[in-house]
Parts: sequence; C-alpha cells; structure tokens
Amino acid sequence: MSDIATVLQQARRSLAIARKDVRIYYAKGPVIIFGVLFPVFLFLSFTIGRHLSVDFMIPGLLGMILFFTATSVSPIVIPWEAQARTLERLMSCPVKIETIIVGDILASFIFGLAISLVPILIGLFLGITVLSPLIFTLAVILAALCFASLGTVFSIPPTNMPSTVNMIAAVVKFPVVFISGIFVPLDELPAWGQAVAYISPLTYFTDIARYSIQGRGHLPAALDLLVLLGFTILFLVVAMKLHQRTMPRRI
Amino acid sequence: MNNDIAIQVVNLTKYYGEVLAVDHISLTVRRGEFFGFLGPNGAGKTTTVRMLTGVIRADEGTASILEYKAGSLRAKQVTGVVPEMANAYGDLSGWGNLMLMAELYGIPASVARERGIGLMQDIGLYLRKDSLVRTYSKGMKQRLILCLALVSDPEVLFLDEPTSGLDVQSARLIKDMLQGLNAKGKTIFLTTHDMEEANQLCDRVAIINEGELVAVDAPEKLRMAVSGMHSVEVSFDNVVSPEVLAAIPGVNAVKKLGDKWRLYTANPGEMAASLINYSSSNGLKIVSLNTLVPSLEDAFVALTEKEERDV
Repeated sequence: MSDIATVLQQARRSLAIARKDVRIYYAKGPVIIFGVLFPVFLFLSFTIGRHLSVDFMIPGLLGMILFFTATSVSPIVIPWEAQARTLERLMSCPVKIETIIVGDILASFIFGLAISLVPILIGLFLGITVLSPLIFTLAVILAALCFASLGTVFSIPPTNMPSTVNMIAAVVKFPVVFISGIFVPLDELPAWGQAVAYISPLTYFTDIARYSIQGRGHLPAALDLLVLLGFTILFLVVAMKLHQRTMPRRI
Repeated sequence: MNNDIAIQVVNLTKYYGEVLAVDHISLTVRRGEFFGFLGPNGAGKTTTVRMLTGVIRADEGTASILEYKAGSLRAKQVTGVVPEMANAYGDLSGWGNLMLMAELYGIPASVARERGIGLMQDIGLYLRKDSLVRTYSKGMKQRLILCLALVSDPEVLFLDEPTSGLDVQSARLIKDMLQGLNAKGKTIFLTTHDMEEANQLCDRVAIINEGELVAVDAPEKLRMAVSGMHSVEVSFDNVVSPEVLAAIPGVNAVKKLGDKWRLYTANPGEMAASLINYSSSNGLKIVSLNTLVPSLEDAFVALTEKEERDV
C-alpha cells in the first residue's frame, strides 16, 4: 500500500476514534454544562464590577472557554481507557498510536469549537461586531486545535489514574489563564509581565480575538496566527512522539 | 518464506526492568493450526501475546504473522485479538462496539452489518445488540469481545484466557465457536490455564514457565512423555494404610483421593496384578480398579516443577 493510501486509511480510522470519543466522553449533559459554566463563572468573578467594555470582555471569555473546554476531557481519555481496559484492544487494531492521538485531538477540537459558539453568540447578542470574520474564524479553529493538542500532552505520563492527569493539567491551566492577557490587557502589563505572557499560546489567541473584534491588537495578527500554528505543531509532534513511548507502558 | 506458517517467533524476549519476563522463546504455528499456550500465572503468556499482537514491543528477537512483522499494520489487519480481561465500551451498545471495530479494521459498512448480524446471532446476543454493554452480564461481554475479534474475519486469532471465569454455557459457546472457526481453516493461538480446554481443543500446545518454553508438542505426546506419571486408582472395602501400599514393589508414590488411592508407577499393568495379589492375600476386596495414563495437567505440573527445581 502506498504511503498516501496508508495516511488516508489511518485518517478515516482517526475519525472513527473521534466519533467514539464524542459519543462516550463528550456528549454527556454534565460535561457540556460544566464546560460552559465553569469558565463563565471564573471569568465573571474576575471581571464583574470592573466596568470593562463588552468588546474587551468577549474575546477574553471566548479564549477562556475555548482553552478550558478543549483541554477538559482530552487529557483523561487515554488514562480512562487504560483503566477501563479498553485501550489494549484499541492498540491491537490496525491503527498507529498517532492515529489514536489524532482521533482524541479531533474529538476535543470539535467539542471546543462547539462550546465556543456559546460566548460568540452571547457576544453577537450583546451587540459586538466581528471586524475581520475570516481571521477570527481561522484563529478560533487554529486555537481549538492548539489547545486540544495541548490536552493530549498532559496525558503523556503513563499513569492510569485520571485524577493524577487532571491535577497535572490544572497545575498548568490555571496559571496560563492568568498570564494570557485575559483579565488585564497586554499593553497595561509591565515588561516582565509581557515576557511571561509570551510563553502562553492563549495570549496569542486572546490578542488576535481582540484584533478581530476591537480592531487593534498588541501584536500583528499574522504573528499571532504564526505563533499559534507553531504551538499547535509543537504540541502535536510532542504528543505523538511521546505517547508512542508511554502508551505501551500503560498496558 | 513458507506459506504454511501462520506465526513465526524467533528468540522473542521482553524485560520489565531487571526482570526477564520472556526469555528468548522461539516457536512456529502452522496455518490452520489450533495452538495452545499454557503456563502458570506470571509465566509470560500474556506478555508474549502482547508482543505478537503489537501492543508492546519486544526487546529482542522477531515475530511475524503471515509473513508480516508482528505489530505492523498489515499484521494487525489479518489478526483478531481477544486480550486478557479486556472490556468493550460500556457506554456504547454491543452493536455500536461491533461497528466501531469494523471501522477500525476498514471493513465496508455493508459487509460489517451483514457479518455483525450473523456473528451476533451465532453467539446469542442478537436480541440484546442495541443494549448498552454495561448492562450485559460477564458472559455476554466476553461473547461480545469474541465477536469484536471476528468482525474483520481474521486469518489468525489470538485469545488470551477467553473463557476464564465464565459460566458453563458461555464457555461452551465460545469453545464451540472456536472449533468451528478452526474447522474453516482459521489459525488459533489460545492462551489458557485450563488443561482440559487445551486438551480438547488444541492440535499442539506450548508450555511456558518463568519466561522459558519448556515443551512444544501435541497434548497426547506431552502426556505420554511424562514417565513415571502413570497410575492405578484403587479402592478397597476396608481401611488400608498408605505405608503398606507404598511398600508394594513398583509403587513410586501414593496419594489418597477421597475413598480411593492413587498409586504412581512406571508400569500400571503389573501394578494392577500386584494389587489383586495383595488384596487376596490380605483378605481385602477391591471395590474399583482403574489404570490411568497421565493427564495433560500431570504433564504440565511435571514440566513446570522440573523447571523450578533446576533454578
């Protein structure tokens, strides 16, 4: 079989894995409700009473929701499957480990995109206008993919305890939210604050979302997109390479 | 390359840290063969199966399935697997699990549906095919897992303790199905610790102990190869002391089994004659007398114990 045929064949099987993930792990009332409510309340607790404009708030809220939902379930799918003893059969199927990872990332990507419609619709209802719809759409898609990939990076350590992976994820996720210019604009941060912000992929999404809605960002839009793309590729490669090492150790 | 070979294993080795779990094992399974893989718990059976099915990587040695490297996509494509203690997805229906598996093997939907209906009917799950798997009994789950392994119509089937802990009916159904598949020419690699199962089903068995292969042969030949394990089972109408029985010439060992005595000997025929002489000269009546050839279990115990003594 040629390489291209193999890639297509494995891509189809990734889709089957993604559909399975959505049905088993995502399409559940509590997961969806928690996915929306948790970031909304966290966001409100830091913004209420600060007289911020809707134009400023919606991109931040969108960034938070996209970040939290796309990284919410993806870290625990593999430990969960190992614990439930479904992983070994999945691994004995004619699928590569990369195929399994891509499937898990796709499911998380779809979930992140679907839930991010909530803040977008809230924003449109409150009267915001998206000045650059094309860049905005591209940014949302790229960010969902980036955060979904990051989610599977969290599950690289070969522990089969979903709670341990959740803890690892939380230790990274919460600080990221506070350093990404969501609650305080990048322009108002001191130099050291900006330096820290630049290591977070969420910074670039928040910035480009503000650019698309408010018409101005801290960084050039093309740079935001480029850095998001860079992070996405980095997380994808790291997840695929390292899961290849650790996944057999879960069995 | 030989087309008659289904599974070829050469020097396959796996370490877990310092522990040598599988120690340079080599074996060949012919196409269409029903091959048993026996060993005590922790002997390396499951580790071997996992290397052959591509779930874990071998540290040394090679293995191939129908000439494809074990663990490669092509090898996995022609293989069906029932892993040890595996589960189907509890939040999907039996049918949902089956169709997912078909997709992962790239089986066209129409073929998968037709085959799935046939399999579920054969294994007695058709009426419950749309129920969530978490509502299934253990026996039903295990039967479903066999269906999942068969939906791709694999040439080679690996089963790791498929009937362990099941009710008699489910175990019987699975064994009958395996015999049927073997009769149709499928190669079956069955891991079990149930000697009776291995004896009934397998053309040949391999015995593994502490990571090393200690024997590969037909069950019948293995049984015969265990010398000194022949026995005579006798019961008398009165109490006899084991010391007296052990003193009869030719008796290697004496074991009490309920109201019977089992006397191990190299020559059961002579032993039976000696017992008749003994009973008549001591005023005893023989209630029953049977000569027994060693069972596969006897052979297994002898082979694995011998290994342990050598260590």
